[in-house]
Amino acid sequence: MPTSVVEAPARPSEGRPGLWRRLRGHQGRNLWFAAFIAPFLLGLIAFVYLPIVWSAYLSFFEARNTVTPTRFVGLDNYIYLLNDKLFVNSLLTFVAFAAFIVPLTYLGSLGLALLLNNLKWGQAFFRSVFFIPTAVSYVIAAIIWRFAFFSGARFGLLNQFITAAGGEQVNWLGGTNSLYWVALVSVRLWLQTGFYMILLIAGLQRIPLETYEAAAIDGASGWRLLRFITLPQLKATSIAVVLLLLINAFQAFDEFYNMLGSIGTYPPYARPPLVHLYLIAVGGGQQDLGVGGAGTMILTAIIVLFGVGQTFILNRSTK
Amino acid sequence: MAATLAACGQNNPLESTSSSSPTGATNPDASTTGDMVDLSQWYHEYGEEGVKEAVERFAAEYEAANVTVKWTPGDYGSILAAQLLTDDVPDVFEAEQGGSLEQIRSGQLEDLTELIGDAKDEFNQSVMKRFTYEGKIHGIPQTIDMQLLYYRPSLLEAAGVEVPTTFEELVAAANAVKTSSMGGFFAGNDGGIAVLGTLFIWASGHEQLNDDRTEATFLNDDFYQSLVAYRDFSKSGGVVQSASAEWYSPDAFVNEEAAFQWGGLWSLPAITEAFGDDVGVMAFPAMGAKGRPAVPFGAFGSCVAAKGKNVDASKDFVKWLWIEQEDKQVEFSDAFGTHIPAKDALVPKATKLSSGPGAEAAKFVADSGFANDIMWSGSIGDKYNAAVSNVIKNNADPAAEFEPLKELIKSELEKLKG
Repeated sequence: MPTSVVEAPARPSEGRPGLWRRLRGHQGRNLWFAAFIAPFLLGLIAFVYLPIVWSAYLSFFEARNTVTPTRFVGLDNYIYLLNDKLFVNSLLTFVAFAAFIVPLTYLGSLGLALLLNNLKWGQAFFRSVFFIPTAVSYVIAAIIWRFAFFSGARFGLLNQFITAAGGEQVNWLGGTNSLYWVALVSVRLWLQTGFYMILLIAGLQRIPLETYEAAAIDGASGWRLLRFITLPQLKATSIAVVLLLLINAFQAFDEFYNMLGSIGTYPPYARPPLVHLYLIAVGGGQQDLGVGGAGTMILTAIIVLFGVGQTFILNRSTK
Repeated sequence: MAATLAACGQNNPLESTSSSSPTGATNPDASTTGDMVDLSQWYHEYGEEGVKEAVERFAAEYEAANVTVKWTPGDYGSILAAQLLTDDVPDVFEAEQGGSLEQIRSGQLEDLTELIGDAKDEFNQSVMKRFTYEGKIHGIPQTIDMQLLYYRPSLLEAAGVEVPTTFEELVAAANAVKTSSMGGFFAGNDGGIAVLGTLFIWASGHEQLNDDRTEATFLNDDFYQSLVAYRDFSKSGGVVQSASAEWYSPDAFVNEEAAFQWGGLWSLPAITEAFGDDVGVMAFPAMGAKGRPAVPFGAFGSCVAAKGKNVDASKDFVKWLWIEQEDKQVEFSDAFGTHIPAKDALVPKATKLSSGPGAEAAKFVADSGFANDIMWSGSIGDKYNAAVSNVIKNNADPAAEFEPLKELIKSELEKLKG
């Protein structure tokens, strides 16, 4: 993110202009830059960076029901969390969830993007059709999934189909089997595929047509074009998409909480990290901000690792 | 549905008390100058229509002060906790179970022990016991919510079984009355784990914590056996694992998806409308040899902010409304939703509770009412619930599953005591 406001070089022909003029930049460019960026930057500082720093501070204290704690406990909160079986399990839950949702969404979005990109007509229409689910709230979608599609009762939509076809009524979300993953993965797939499809279409449209023409002259077509032209050219977009998918999967909360939770409680299975942190930090009306802060720090560290990993992969691939 | 939840959320036995910060100090009473002082009074948003108008009317009828009602939609507990940290505190406000541990210990709540005085014997004794912390009372109970087990007497009769009095009998009855289209017992789409969770402690004859609140007292074989008994009940097919609605809605019972349903007292009108006289209620039955019946209850208490500018005037108002004005107390409990008046003598005056199942419900709270201990924190509750779920759903060995909880609860209690 650009943070430097001082960038206009002094022009030798004008002699040495005053400090103010240099700060303003040519035609007040720097001033305008600052004016446009400031609200965003201030918001970012106030609502993102300050809370992160504050969480880091709180994570070293016994901070119940206060944001100005006094009892320093060192690494106790971190040790507590790392010994918390449910927290460790929640990280594994994320891994399992990501292992399904990331490749499925990527392949789904890529497939749609490739199909739409070659459409001769109706492209805008279909793009909108697939993009619209992105506008639906995760909470609303989760509630529809829970009470309509995946209701375990015999009235559940899927169960009606299954029993009509002679099958047994299925308890989708009850936790007596692992079928809740079908609901959890499908709702997110439906909600986010359209968005990543748009990103990938943008990526596809940036690939110069000449590359394809040259390849066509060399006799390449179909699968070979996809394998040797499209996918390599799409690499930067793909890496960005996969990273975003991972981070989003890491931050999953809404569909889990609204599909499996029950008035302030949540079962021990299918519990992603944020749901667990929410439960132990502010669940049941309590506020254990020290433990919450420590959890936030651990999760932030993991996300930063993803980011570093992405940069590493990108750098290596462009060399 | 959200509105119903908002109104009834405090009834969940697994939800611990709301919270606030351990700062602030008790102020000496500010002097009340002039004839009429201004007081502010906070309520959470009640889901039922008419409650807001009623409490505003109550406030307007009070002649000794100008009382302004603030209706607070949203996360009332958090909003209240934050406001109590400022200088501009509400003079009078309702708090779940008469104030949280942190609110009491940080001195945010005025001691109302003397205010209630001997009148405390007029209130429901289970509620009063829960409202008393270290001998002091910081909230006057406004009204009581509770949960109980609904059943249809005609179905039991047809199957030739008696109304169950123990858990074993409930298992037998549920399995006897269930048919291909109607299940036996329903308590939520998670198999009943979330809402029944702490009931296993109480119904098997235990308390959550010892008297000094230093450790858990239920981690023994009797308790483990009760979990296994419920697991066997689930595996026997007697427990409906999924229905068209949750336990807090009357729908599954009204749709005849289960012969027994655990539910809230708030569902009584809808259930009576559907089945007329053919409605029975019971507490969760005793589990095991040392067991006893149990129902969870929840109550909002009216509290006075110690930091308020007119503490004496606030206390007078609370005394007037929640101790003296019995007609208003009955109206508050009975005219909108279905709640139990906090004073025993007023229960017969509540039209919905004067006879039949409603009258029994009020008695259950007095005789067998339980609520989470004031130190049963959210994280203890979460760990407890996870262990219960693992035992019942994943066939985990209860003794092994609960073993780590012993130390966890101990250290959590130590932390809470500070």
